[in-house]
Amino acid sequence: MERVPILKIGDTLLVSIQIDLQDQTVLALQEDLAERIVQTQARGVIIDITAVEIVDSFIGRMFATIASMSRLLDAETVVVGMRPAVAITLVELGLSLGGVRTALDLERGMKLLDSGADLR
Amino acid sequence: MTSPAEVPITSNDDVVRVRQVVRGLAAEVKMSLVDQTKVVTAASELARNTFVYGGGGTATVELVTNPATGRTGVKIVFTDEGPGIPDVDLALTEGWSSGSGLGLGLSGTRRLVDEFDLETEPGTGTRISVTKWTR
Repeated sequence: MERVPILKIGDTLLVSIQIDLQDQTVLALQEDLAERIVQTQARGVIIDITAVEIVDSFIGRMFATIASMSRLLDAETVVVGMRPAVAITLVELGLSLGGVRTALDLERGMKLLDSGADLR
Repeated sequence: MTSPAEVPITSNDDVVRVRQVVRGLAAEVKMSLVDQTKVVTAASELARNTFVYGGGGTATVELVTNPATGRTGVKIVFTDEGPGIPDVDLALTEGWSSGSGLGLGLSGTRRLVDEFDLETEPGTGTRISVTKWTR
């Protein structure tokens, strides 16, 4: 099983998903992130899905789980780079990802976290 | 890519492989990017169901042509010899998902494809056939 690397930039953790995600990788990422948030005292998490071609219910639910989990650990999550076709498919599938903040690209996501806007 | 392609589903990695095979054939018939994304997502949902609820099975992916319209498409048949679905109407109800909350139920998946056909027999298994046509 491949693992998704987690990079630290300042007090933000950056997760850039570059592989075709299988379910065990998704579960491992959730656990790895929780540990890294506490370990690094990160205040923000950015999940970059620019390279992700499909988001099904399992992967979509991961975003919501990570957002709730990181909030409990005092960090905010922003999902960036969703492709238009992925957004259309998610809505049709019935997964609206309420509670998950998104930004169009990495730069906007970083700004959103920096602005300290109340993302809750 | 060869068609039909038979992909055994016995692990989480096989779910990824089903997606890749479906994406390859959808691209081959020049399906739009949105439709490719929809059919690959539907295949991912159904492959996971086959693995998790059906105890594993097979996905058969093939290129098809509608004789009436001449349109091409991708057809995927998922079969398993698992416990079957006891209440099909319930399983197809909007927003319904069985206890583990793993999936979104079948209603969302059905919206992503053009044709959806489900046969199931408690104790014998389930066969779900879906087709997405090019536009």
